[in-house]
Amino acid sequence: MLIAGVMLTLNFFGKSFGVSSNLRTVCAAVLRPKAKFFDFNWRNELWNLVFLGGSALGGFVAHQYLTAPGTDVVQLAPSTVADLQALGFTAPEGMQPSELYGAAGMQDPKTWIFLVAGGLLIGFGTRYAGGCTSGHAISGLSNLQLPSLIAVIGFFAGGLLMTHVFFPYLF
Amino acid sequence: MKFLKFLLVGVFFGIVMAKSEAMSWYRIQEMFRFQSFHMYGIIGSAVALGVVGVALIKRFKVKDIQGNPIQFAAKEPGWIKALLGGSLFGMGWAITGACPGPIVVNLGYGYWPFAIVFVSAVVGTYAYGLVRDKLPH
Repeated sequence: MLIAGVMLTLNFFGKSFGVSSNLRTVCAAVLRPKAKFFDFNWRNELWNLVFLGGSALGGFVAHQYLTAPGTDVVQLAPSTVADLQALGFTAPEGMQPSELYGAAGMQDPKTWIFLVAGGLLIGFGTRYAGGCTSGHAISGLSNLQLPSLIAVIGFFAGGLLMTHVFFPYLF
Repeated sequence: MKFLKFLLVGVFFGIVMAKSEAMSWYRIQEMFRFQSFHMYGIIGSAVALGVVGVALIKRFKVKDIQGNPIQFAAKEPGWIKALLGGSLFGMGWAITGACPGPIVVNLGYGYWPFAIVFVSAVVGTYAYGLVRDKLPH
């Protein structure tokens, strides 16, 4: 519900809520590729990069000032805990599994491959689809856009395929 | 300080992502396994309220902060790109447990390996830009 507030506030500021387009802006501003897709005035999108920076700051503030140490253990559904244990994940001890985002996970080259592959899929897929959870699922569906509904169906098709078909082979 | 308001909205968004646990890999797994209402409640309530908000803005021709009518850009049509691109993103979402917003929220929260995800996502978008003309849309 508060997320709709974020979207409507950005609308009120004359902008739209969509996080993944920042990836394209970073490409255009930092990597300066020659492809036509990146030939646009990225300075017009600086507001969104500032929003992105604010999101990181928000994560910092939430952790440092709004969460007592050790109280951010996710109270996961017992069935999920059991399913993940079968894949080799211990019960949650925080917000993220140490197997992927902890020091132990970082020592396993397999973890790096997963994070790199996941990032590539996110960057490639969101731009191909024309948006991510914010641009399609929240902004697009709120504006009753058919391409957004198809994209969200795609999000779930990919997510279900990865979780239920590929995960048992990966983990 | 015309950017300050965007910084503040971003901070609010980051706090919401963290305190609602939408930034957690565990919550995304729970969602893709249909074992909890948690994420469906977060996304569903956002869309429900968003539909009403957008409809009201259109109905009453609400103006933005600069006095211009608020406009909503139509999404580019094409079901192939939406379905294929969406599926690729969905697979990345399931592995990493984060979509683009929560990637940076996690970085701020202190989960540094998300830097790997972020840099890879930038490279992924770069790769899309290079092969865009060869893909079906």
